[in-house]
Amino acid sequence: MATAHLAVDRAEKFRTVCGILDRHGYRPSGLIPILQAIQREYQYLPEEVLTFVATSLDLPPARVFGVATFYAHFALEQKGKHVIRICDGTACHVKQSLPILSAIHAELGTSEKQKTSNDALFTVETVACLGACGLAPVLVVDEQVYGGMTPERAVALVNEIKTQENAGDAQAAAAAVNGELHVH
Amino acid sequence: MSTNQGLVILNDSPNVGQTGIRRVILCAGTGCMANGAMKVFERFRKEMDEAGLHVVLELRPEAGDRDVRLSKSGCQGFCQMGPLVSIVPDGILYTKVRAEDVPEIVERTLVSGEAVERLLYKDPATRRICRGLEDNPFYARQDRRVLRECGFLDPEDIREFMLHGGYSAAKKAFLEMSPENICKQISESGLRGRGGGGFPTGRKWEAARIQKAAKKYVICNGDEGDPGAFMNRSVMEGNPHSVIEGLMIAARAIGADQTFVYVRAEYPLAVERMNRAVADAEREGILGKNVFGTGLTLKCNVLEGAGAFVCGEETAMIASIEGRRGMPTPKPPFPAQSGLWGKPTIINNVETLAHVPRIINEGAEAFRSIGTPESPGTKTFALTGHVANTGLVEVPFGTKLRELVLEISGGVTDDNGKPMKNGFKAVQIGGPSGGCLTEEHLDLPLAYDSLRKVGAMVGSGGLVVLNQRTCMVSMARFFMEFTQRESCGKCVLCREGTKQLLALLDDVIEGRADAGTLDLLEKLGRAVQVGSLCGLGKTAPNPVLSTLRYFRKEYEEHIFEKRCRTGRCKALLKPEINAERCKGCGVCIKSCPTGAISGEKKKPHHIDPELCIKCGACATACKLQAVEGV
Repeated sequence: MATAHLAVDRAEKFRTVCGILDRHGYRPSGLIPILQAIQREYQYLPEEVLTFVATSLDLPPARVFGVATFYAHFALEQKGKHVIRICDGTACHVKQSLPILSAIHAELGTSEKQKTSNDALFTVETVACLGACGLAPVLVVDEQVYGGMTPERAVALVNEIKTQENAGDAQAAAAAVNGELHVH
Repeated sequence: MSTNQGLVILNDSPNVGQTGIRRVILCAGTGCMANGAMKVFERFRKEMDEAGLHVVLELRPEAGDRDVRLSKSGCQGFCQMGPLVSIVPDGILYTKVRAEDVPEIVERTLVSGEAVERLLYKDPATRRICRGLEDNPFYARQDRRVLRECGFLDPEDIREFMLHGGYSAAKKAFLEMSPENICKQISESGLRGRGGGGFPTGRKWEAARIQKAAKKYVICNGDEGDPGAFMNRSVMEGNPHSVIEGLMIAARAIGADQTFVYVRAEYPLAVERMNRAVADAEREGILGKNVFGTGLTLKCNVLEGAGAFVCGEETAMIASIEGRRGMPTPKPPFPAQSGLWGKPTIINNVETLAHVPRIINEGAEAFRSIGTPESPGTKTFALTGHVANTGLVEVPFGTKLRELVLEISGGVTDDNGKPMKNGFKAVQIGGPSGGCLTEEHLDLPLAYDSLRKVGAMVGSGGLVVLNQRTCMVSMARFFMEFTQRESCGKCVLCREGTKQLLALLDDVIEGRADAGTLDLLEKLGRAVQVGSLCGLGKTAPNPVLSTLRYFRKEYEEHIFEKRCRTGRCKALLKPEINAERCKGCGVCIKSCPTGAISGEKKKPHHIDPELCIKCGACATACKLQAVEGV
């Protein structure tokens, strides 16, 4: 049963990838936009998809992996549900962005090596510059930019998201229970 | 003082096509958006409606009595004070506007015609209240040309751009000028690349123009990777059509039919606005198969970078567009001879291209009339760091560093943003490729050659002001860590050399360095400069070498006295308990995570330096400030 599910998942996955490849006309020069589109879909680049892309574009897999590992934007591992990016550009750096990073790491139990929290809710990254230097120090949660950060405000922000997520879970659980009741 | 061109438009805008209509313009740059500009926009819409005003969102030829045009603009550059709201033609600039402030603005300004004083900008230096741009020291001393329409035009409205004379230069270039003449005019203007190198733009174009090839390309370099610089982001977000217009003129000058805009992926709003601008230009028949009815084809593709600093280098960017790892190749052949897919290609920075339409319209002489003979025109600088007013500043080349760093900036601040008297220590110019300059350079005119002479460079124009509490060795380390991480790995000296330079700097910061370290840093730094292929490696040691040149004493303190004067280098801290102040309460003993503190009750305590990890917990815990040296 589980294997059949997996097979369906896989077929689904490759159908999406095929759609992306179609849109880019299977051109090897479109490799970077193709990988970007795939990452938008899955939040990361699964290994089997990279091999599939290599075969489809008639490129050596090493070339595709080479590109995927060269650029900072491509992730080969799954990220957490929310991605927190702390800007460590010059302007943010001189306005003490690193204490903010440490505070978030301490709060989430993440580190330079382990970027994703154990509950897979958060991934913590640093980024060289977000171009919002006027608001330094800056951090970005998913797409939302927060300026003038302090370690305390950053921790409060993270906890707020956590609370929302837990409330969401509780709601989802409640909905599931209600659903069951309706069925009965 | 130079006249501010931008103000003219803001004060009377008869050529907008809506004579006399009052306008509420909201800054919708990244900074103001992050601070809630969209909420303010929606609130305006609602409140204006309720006040019986007629909200006009689109450009219209006729305007009624109670019409007020509500529009968004690109980045107005005064990011720290955002969200910004300008009221035209009243000449009012409101800062830090929140949605709750909107009803008052509608009632008092739009209905009764008076200013809401508490929302006006207050000059921190003189405490004077500034009503608009003319009396605001941040804007009044600028000469905004590239940024002129940013902050006024709606970046998502091609019609408004065209009503302001937009695309007239491109039209002229396509209909009235020969490619040769365009190149000549750009050469005569003396325009130099705004992306860092300062190479004469006209010469680059001419080199590509004379190539005999059926296919040529123009690439707009919007891969603004220098941390601390955001002028390209602002232009792409605030006036995307000016970039496209410059790109079109470049394409016409060399005979290209395909152009690319390579935008840094960290700038989602710029990507979105550029894409929209291209689509709008195609719809208007400006880009596409029949440019201005000439039958010529011109395509434009917006590409998103994938996060590699080195791709700002021309040959690396070409590799990236071709779908490969962004690694540079040796020059010659120059891209103008053999670039993208082996065809003649020119690559120009966003800001460079944004200057081009004005040069075509106003002539080379007009462009040369500002700036210095070797560096004509204006340059946009991103003023950040420890200053009161952070943001984008456009000034003529030749402006003194002092004027930007100490005057337009509103003065140096401490870490909490409070004004700091005599706080200026250094200004880092040109990003990771640039250098740190000191007080003695403040009267230096800003220009390509003058900066190169003192070991710095204009670079893309990042100016990060550093206060006295900044450790210069740590600053050099910060940049070295960046270049070491971003080195593509092709050249051994860049790949391994930057790693070793970083390790040497760590030795200095963590107290392991000795008398030979500084020599080694200098020698290796020069070797990396010589032994690297591209600009990244060639300039990577600049921050180290320039701080060694101007702040050698600080390095020596770290090495010989094992001391950092700012107290920022943790490993060099020596926490001690002041026996006179300590009352022996024991709070510090409880706070110490490693058990490094001991002592009898009511007698002075002692820190064991062997066990101490210098975390500072004891200093935070002690109510009598008896812990010193942390």
